Amino acid sequence: MAERSNEEWLASLRGPQRDEALADLRMLLLRGLRAALSKQGKVSDQDLEDFAQDALLRITAALDSFRGEAQFTTWAYRIAIHTALGELRRRRWRDVSLENLSTATDPDFVPNTVADPSAGPEQRALQRSVLDTLQHAVQEDLTEKQRQALIAVRVQGMPIAEVARRMDTNPNALYKLLHDARQRLQRALQDRGLPREEVLAAFGLSAGVRPAKVDTSMARKADDEQAESRTD
Amino acid sequence: MSRLNPEQIKRLVRDVLNTRPDEISCDECLELLDRFVELELAGEDASSALPLVQQHLEQCSSCREEFEALLTVITELR
Repeated sequence: MAERSNEEWLASLRGPQRDEALADLRMLLLRGLRAALSKQGKVSDQDLEDFAQDALLRITAALDSFRGEAQFTTWAYRIAIHTALGELRRRRWRDVSLENLSTATDPDFVPNTVADPSAGPEQRALQRSVLDTLQHAVQEDLTEKQRQALIAVRVQGMPIAEVARRMDTNPNALYKLLHDARQRLQRALQDRGLPREEVLAAFGLSAGVRPAKVDTSMARKADDEQAESRTD
Repeated sequence: MSRLNPEQIKRLVRDVLNTRPDEISCDECLELLDRFVELELAGEDASSALPLVQQHLEQCSSCREEFEALLTVITELR
């Protein structure tokens, strides 16, 4: 397969060599999707073919929006991955309704204690104060929709796009709903005069500067636990 | 019972404290994801160059999953 620059990809996909370029791109997408989905269960060769074909349609329809800030192939892989993982999430969560998850008025959503025997008395007191504040703010400051979305995403681990579909909205709007909810909870902690750095330290979280790389270990662990609890 | 476990509580506390007023949406994050991944793989400080993408990836498990998959693909196929 010929190596192409970004400009060559765009020109060939729009020009007389379109069929050859489409065939090359399709092959690249198949290889990329095979690598990207290697850890996902239940993905057949037919699925890969379907995802690649669907992605190819989306990519060719979106050529005008390619801004050239990355390699064309990276941009194309990103669209293919979004297409494939979106469909796999839909399948995984197909049989789960929000009604099954909606115990949004549960006052124990944020328990007022955490089991952490290593914490000293001062840390435990601060933890208790933070959790009391959050518990109260979740009940008093959040809307019913915010609580429902928070539980579906945070406790059940449901992807934002799947929660959005069930709440008749879109992922961007749902992210905004959750963002507003976090801001309300943040304001409640600020109003209580709980210093950010000390709170982070009390929960064993690193204070100050963010890590240089995306630290997904804690998030992944939580997601894994959510997945396990769903299968219990 | 919709109850957070201790690990989920820690994550909620961290995410609430790290909430910014100017966060970007999923679509905006995905638009910048290819550049973010290429910066990472070039050994540059992607989170400083694109802090709002970093922030979004910490908050959104779906976008994070797509970021990790894209990183895998580019690493394996380049």
